[in-house]
Amino acid sequence: MIGLPWVYALAGAFFAAYALIALQGRRFGNAAFWGLLALSMWAGDRIGDLGNGLLALALVALAGLGLMRRGQGEEVPSSERQTRAARHGNILFAIALVIPVTALAGTFLFKQFPALFEAKQATLLSLALGVLIALGIGLARLRAAPAVSLRQGARLMDSVGWAAILPQMLASLGAVFALAGVGDAVGTLIQAAIPDSLFGAVLAYGLGMALFTIVMGNAFAAFPVMVAAIGVPLLIRRYGGDPAVVCAIGMLAGFCGTLLTPMAANFNLVPAALLELKDEYGVIRRQVGTALPLLTVNIMLIYWLAFP
Amino acid sequence: MWVLLGIAVIAAGFLLRFNPLLVILASALVTGLAAGLGPVEILSAFGKAFNEARYVSIIWVVLPVVGLLEAYGLQERARGLIGRMRGATAGRFLAGYLLLRQALSAVGLTSVAGHPQTVRPLVAPIAEAAADRQAGGLDDKEREEIKAWAAATDNVGLFFGEDIFLAIGSILLIRGLLEQYGILLEPLALSVWAIPTAIAAFLIHGFRLWRLDRRLARKGGRG
Repeated sequence: MIGLPWVYALAGAFFAAYALIALQGRRFGNAAFWGLLALSMWAGDRIGDLGNGLLALALVALAGLGLMRRGQGEEVPSSERQTRAARHGNILFAIALVIPVTALAGTFLFKQFPALFEAKQATLLSLALGVLIALGIGLARLRAAPAVSLRQGARLMDSVGWAAILPQMLASLGAVFALAGVGDAVGTLIQAAIPDSLFGAVLAYGLGMALFTIVMGNAFAAFPVMVAAIGVPLLIRRYGGDPAVVCAIGMLAGFCGTLLTPMAANFNLVPAALLELKDEYGVIRRQVGTALPLLTVNIMLIYWLAFP
Repeated sequence: MWVLLGIAVIAAGFLLRFNPLLVILASALVTGLAAGLGPVEILSAFGKAFNEARYVSIIWVVLPVVGLLEAYGLQERARGLIGRMRGATAGRFLAGYLLLRQALSAVGLTSVAGHPQTVRPLVAPIAEAAADRQAGGLDDKEREEIKAWAAATDNVGLFFGEDIFLAIGSILLIRGLLEQYGILLEPLALSVWAIPTAIAAFLIHGFRLWRLDRRLARKGGRG
């Protein structure tokens, strides 16, 4: 059956190619970093928990000691890009759209053949398939050598750098937090600080969702804690609030917190690296003005809609 | 209560701008030690989770395609296209993208767009080109700001669209959690309550984009 291991094999192959390209450019830190990621993608299930831990430790050491740097001279000059853009025209957009269109079609199609494809992973599978199709069409139509796409991919990957594994590292930290009972400890703290009125409880619930999400970087981690501390005992049981409203909009109050935190790296820090912004918090700065008014709206919506 | 030290490490580390990967590992170590785990145990737990979360890093497989298209002039082509559309402004374009992203997410198509798939190759260069024309030239800082607007708009569209879909992770999480308290809810009952916030998100972010347009136009008028 075609499932995630196939996608990991593809990702591992790309990372291995980036490692070789970095080696060629004598950027040994980058070569080691991408090489270790290739190893993780290919053999992560075979090197054991401690092996994976040591691998993560090595990745952190390479990044923390500042051993990674960007390559030079891979970028095609602007005048050449202008000429190429004029020659190829809108076919460039068509190729760019192959990936989302394949992801869309595959998500529906793969679920029809559960014997052949792992249905749960339909979107990730079709995303990878879309990449392969787009590469095939692109290389053929643009008459480019496969090495060109790998070299350009390596250039972008090097510009993202160690930030590429930030989301995966944060997810792993979440697992350690869960093991250590961090959520329960926060819940105990919050329960001690709730004011004794309906509006006070709603306010503490909404703000608590956002604040705890800012700390954990993920509303999913904050939600069970806040529901256990305030949502169910106070809002739903004592004040008789509608559970659907309390929970659905409470989660969205948490999402406002996600817009504000560097802990939500894949949404806030990684795009800053990907877009080559000098200010790593540039994306968060643009989101503050939407997140704070929207958090206020969410708290008021819970107050008005859940307690008619 | 000592396990909360790990959160303090995270907050302090980010504030003092240490390398985030170092901060994360230090926080995991402190949290684990406070909970009475040994260093090897902590590293094993971290490694196990790291391996299980590999799917998070799969998104980078799109880079060879994005790199290839950029080398062949995708961004330049996007700029040329927007140059020929008279009424296109950065704010209007981003508001349109916001609506599209919310609508796609609301029907469960969250992975169709995203920062590597659509923002870097298409949305950011188009918004930048439109803003450049409105303002009659942008400096480096303004260019950065427009790119950041593109990334921020993608996030807002995703977060405040996806919960309208019945089978998204957060809706299933809510349902599963409430079941443990003996409260049974249909996914539809939850997802309809995501609609008011979705509308508010579009209005608030859209208003800010409209103000961005006004700011760019004022600068263009002066120059």
